[in-house]
Amino acid sequence: MEEFVQHFINGIGLGSIYALIAIGYTMVYGILQLINFAHSDVYMVGAFLGYYMGQLISKWNIVPLPSYSAFFMSLVGAMAGCALLGLTIERFAYRPLRNAAKLNALITAIGVSLFLEYAGQIVFGADPKVFPNLLEDSDVYTSESGNIRITQFDLVILAVSLCLLFILNFIIYKTKLGKAMRATSFNSTWASLMGIPIDRIISMTFVIGSSLAAAGGILVGIKYPKIEPLMGMMIGLKAFVAAVLGGIGNLTGAVIGALIMGLAEQFVVGYISSTYRDALAFGILILILLFKPAGLLGKFGVEKV
Amino acid sequence: MKRLALITALTLVFSIACTKKDKASDTGVVQGDEILVGEYGSLTGSEATFGIMTNKGISLAIKQVNAAGGVKGKKLKVITLDDQGKSEEAATAVTKLITQNKVIAVLGEVASSRSLAAAPIAQQYKVPMISPSSTNPKVTEVGDYIFRVCFIDPFQGTVMAKFAADNLKAKKVAILTDVKSDYSTGLATFFKETFVKLGGEIVVEQSYQSGDIDFKGQLTSIKTAKPDAIFVPGYYTEVGLIARQARQLGLKQPLMGGDGWDSTKLYEIGKDAINGGYFSNHYTTESTDPAVQKFIADFKAEYGEVPDGLAAMGYDAAKVLIDALNRSTELSPKALRDAIAQTKDFPGVTGKISINEQRNAVKAAVVVQVDGARNRYVTTVNP
Repeated sequence: MEEFVQHFINGIGLGSIYALIAIGYTMVYGILQLINFAHSDVYMVGAFLGYYMGQLISKWNIVPLPSYSAFFMSLVGAMAGCALLGLTIERFAYRPLRNAAKLNALITAIGVSLFLEYAGQIVFGADPKVFPNLLEDSDVYTSESGNIRITQFDLVILAVSLCLLFILNFIIYKTKLGKAMRATSFNSTWASLMGIPIDRIISMTFVIGSSLAAAGGILVGIKYPKIEPLMGMMIGLKAFVAAVLGGIGNLTGAVIGALIMGLAEQFVVGYISSTYRDALAFGILILILLFKPAGLLGKFGVEKV
Repeated sequence: MKRLALITALTLVFSIACTKKDKASDTGVVQGDEILVGEYGSLTGSEATFGIMTNKGISLAIKQVNAAGGVKGKKLKVITLDDQGKSEEAATAVTKLITQNKVIAVLGEVASSRSLAAAPIAQQYKVPMISPSSTNPKVTEVGDYIFRVCFIDPFQGTVMAKFAADNLKAKKVAILTDVKSDYSTGLATFFKETFVKLGGEIVVEQSYQSGDIDFKGQLTSIKTAKPDAIFVPGYYTEVGLIARQARQLGLKQPLMGGDGWDSTKLYEIGKDAINGGYFSNHYTTESTDPAVQKFIADFKAEYGEVPDGLAAMGYDAAKVLIDALNRSTELSPKALRDAIAQTKDFPGVTGKISINEQRNAVKAAVVVQVDGARNRYVTTVNP
């Protein structure tokens, strides 16, 4: 039982990181019907921005390391940097192709992804970097037998993810911008007829999605302090799968899908076989899609010809 | 018209490429006053420190021999290609070294998976290849032109199994293997064999893939099995993270591993969590042997850092090659191969090297303990 609880805690920790990245995929898809493959590399850039922020903070002695202020400074810095990156990618790579065939934009997304990965290898160096110690880890809770442990990292990751998701929810459902986003997602032609500046709304979508990816990068950095330019590949794939699992285009679905992925992976490792970790996690995806082709919360739309 | 010009140009390029290929039959026979030696390694990529340190070791050995007059009146020159830590790149690099640069011999790689990708090419062109530190047995089984100057996995696995049973008095051990790596699975297999023979028990076997960052699931299962020690025969990047997560889950058992742990990054990533871990290695900087101390002093003077085991292996691989070049009857790959095969009791910095019939080196291993950024000598295990 205790082992089960520990696997559950591990799974939630992993799942909440997947969630932050999955949201970026699902938001862009919801509005543009574009799978933004470069998203996982924005996440990588986010982790590296955090790495450099951490180094600057300790070099100029702005705040002591490790501390919450250092963590939040890096978090905000990386999110701002990635927001800018997302804006740039949208402006120069995707906007010119707005009216081209869907496939062209998809190929461009793959191109941007590869560009970021290999530019990262040149700029950051291909060898793994050790993420600075932004936050001290300690046990927050230990069960009497010592078999269940919750560390500060687990809590911080969950808290930051929840906070960001809450803010996102607020933006989408309570602000004018959110309303415009939902309208664009529903039908962009009609939205523009109603006077919604489509281009600006799409840019904002990229800004929000990219800054969430950056937050994911920092959280992964503090928990697993090894970052490298290709770190986005696998985690990006899993987050994408999580988004599809939950019903791509649906925000709540992405979060639920991500948590399912995180938990499934941990339980597969714990009770079946660690070798089949990814295989079985993706197998679950196939199963769910067999019975619910649009994902758990996705709406199945019949395309009218 | 434009098209005609293009076709003519293509035909020209093609015919030049073809004539170049025809010359490949005389690979590696030295004609000028320089002896070209090829080296391929992971100068970038996730195991970059392996390639960089090996390269430094090799360069030092070559520099020293050139300063002393070279081999048979000729200077040695190393051509180094980066394989980015990818098997397919390793194969390309070795093909290029042999067919284009026409090297007399190839040095490399550290990782067994990459050596295994490159070895068939060296064998096909009949150019001797010496791997400094690929410990998987299959590497030299590729053919009679493939050598190594390190011990092999069965030995390394055996050493750690003996160490766990005799020194740590462990009865129950958990194994966490990198299933993507020939090196890691090899070590795990032989560890298991010996440890069970010595009366121990493997309580749980878990695996991961290189590149993974989350190991908590595996470690939670290991924790439930309550082992006395955990054997993690992986590479330093993952081992550092594994150590951290093990401590986060409250696992206090000692971690053990092989020479894949040997990098200063291990401590940078693992921090205090990796302290106290044991691993088998090719040599120790704490050796009192004057030859080792001289090598360390020379290396420090050249690069300003302490050589790790892989730098020492690179140095020895180059030294064995130089020794063979000196003894070789003529400067051709064939004669060189025979000379390397006859290497006996060569005094390397990582111990006395003799090449056996399987083209493997027979030598002792040391077990060291991680203590901050340095590794303390614990014991020596003989073959």
